[in-house]
Amino acid sequence: MRKELKCHVGIGPEVRGVALVADDNFSARYDLDRINGVFSRPQHKLYGKSYKDVILVLNTAKGGVATAWMLYEMASREIAPKAILFNNANTILAQGAALAKMAMVDRFEDGDVTKLVKTGDHLIVCPDEGKVVFVN
Amino acid sequence: MHLNNEENAMLAGDFGPAVKWALEHQLQVGRMFDAKDMVAVSQSHMMADPESLGEAGVAFTEKLAETNTRVCIPMITDPRGVDLEYYKPIGQTESMAVLERRFIAACKKMGITMTNTCINYQTIMPPVFGDHVAFGDTGVVIYSNSVCGARSNFEGGPSALAAGLTGRTPRYGLHLDSNRRSTKRYQVAEEPNDLMDWGLLGATIGRMAGSYWEVPVIEGIEKVPSSDQLKHFGAAMASYGSVPLFHIVGITPECNKLEDVGGLSLGVKKITDEAIRNLKEPFTAVGDPVDVVVFAAPQLSIIEMSKLAELCNGRERAAKTDVIVCTSAQVYADAVSMGYVAKIETFGGQVLVGTCFYQQYAREIGESNGWKRLLSNSAKIVNILGGYGYQPSLATMEACIASAEKGIIVK
Repeated sequence: MRKELKCHVGIGPEVRGVALVADDNFSARYDLDRINGVFSRPQHKLYGKSYKDVILVLNTAKGGVATAWMLYEMASREIAPKAILFNNANTILAQGAALAKMAMVDRFEDGDVTKLVKTGDHLIVCPDEGKVVFVN
Repeated sequence: MHLNNEENAMLAGDFGPAVKWALEHQLQVGRMFDAKDMVAVSQSHMMADPESLGEAGVAFTEKLAETNTRVCIPMITDPRGVDLEYYKPIGQTESMAVLERRFIAACKKMGITMTNTCINYQTIMPPVFGDHVAFGDTGVVIYSNSVCGARSNFEGGPSALAAGLTGRTPRYGLHLDSNRRSTKRYQVAEEPNDLMDWGLLGATIGRMAGSYWEVPVIEGIEKVPSSDQLKHFGAAMASYGSVPLFHIVGITPECNKLEDVGGLSLGVKKITDEAIRNLKEPFTAVGDPVDVVVFAAPQLSIIEMSKLAELCNGRERAAKTDVIVCTSAQVYADAVSMGYVAKIETFGGQVLVGTCFYQQYAREIGESNGWKRLLSNSAKIVNILGGYGYQPSLATMEACIASAEKGIIVK
């Protein structure tokens, strides 16, 4: 079993948490009920799941620019993921993570991160070093 | 990243704390995307509605404004979330309006021009070919990149604000020639005509491309599309695929020939009728009662307002079906003088100014008005609103008005 995954240098602080994984994409505007902290788009593979304090692992970003402000707003109410791991982030997600001081990394050397990590895995995300460590 | 003397002074705080924050923010983002340096931008356009800002985002902006720092390049805004002349009747609260007023005051204090539009490329100052800009709103960015030949990444509100304060942005993504080459090649079998069909085609390509880092090049479009057609095409492509740039062979300015964007070596994927039908199918509900018909996303041009007014003329909406139309203040003034607004209002429609439906607390106004089944001709808006508790459906502008008249969705 892998002990760590190498990725591109990212944004935000080092954090530890439990993974919530889906082979799906992400937009705070399109997919979330941000008041209650759950995925609210019926077609999303994480529909109904809480994203509070988890390490989200998803494929890529989709849609609009609103997520940049929304990550900051979600973090201010402490109803936000601890970190988001993408195969490929887009610019908006990175910009939002920078303002929200949320950990975010992407571009994993070993392939599809939504297959390399499983829901329930305990992880340490290290954006400055460009790595994610398995702790279980 | 390499910083010049002026940028190092910004980072050191010589231009004040707001500019220092802005450059620090840009450095973080630039590092993630391997920017080597900064590039000067001529304009900034900020998306920032109060629903996405929340109390935290408004307070953050107010804090920057309190430093008495002003933006150093022309900076304009995306649609607002509250039409301050008409918000209580659609179920928006005073606290939403207060948040909106606070944000507008902070922006004005920083010298930001409140244009409140996502069609600035049709109404304000379109960027020119090769122009580096820092634009927000995905529809604005994809149109500016693809149709105007300007250079912008998707700049979220915080980054657009940072660009306004520093006059530059990290040089990565679509500011680099290498990232503007095509990566996927599509062949269109039949050229769309109606705006909804252009949106569906854009949505289909966006879904197939599927990433910010893909650049579709499209063959098979012979007749030069109108600005409104490309507006719906691009907005839907960006919405479904997070795609910020496309090329159409022989139409868009960077792609006179396929080889201009490196498309010759790419395998061709055909856009089939079946793929388009599959995308539309979840948004088909003929025969269902319709609660609200929405024309927005993007805001309507004066040409769309003209067509809508003609369709409304002499007709009346069903009592249980509301009609909302969103346009910019710039278009609204012309639409009033031309009598278009009067015709839409006589039909029973409500024209909102400087807002866009999905950006104005869509969940709350839906619950307040009992709006569940929504109908629109915008492929973008039906993609967004599923997550806000709506059952969105898609139809042409003509079918939308006919449905509003009957109170049920018609073909």
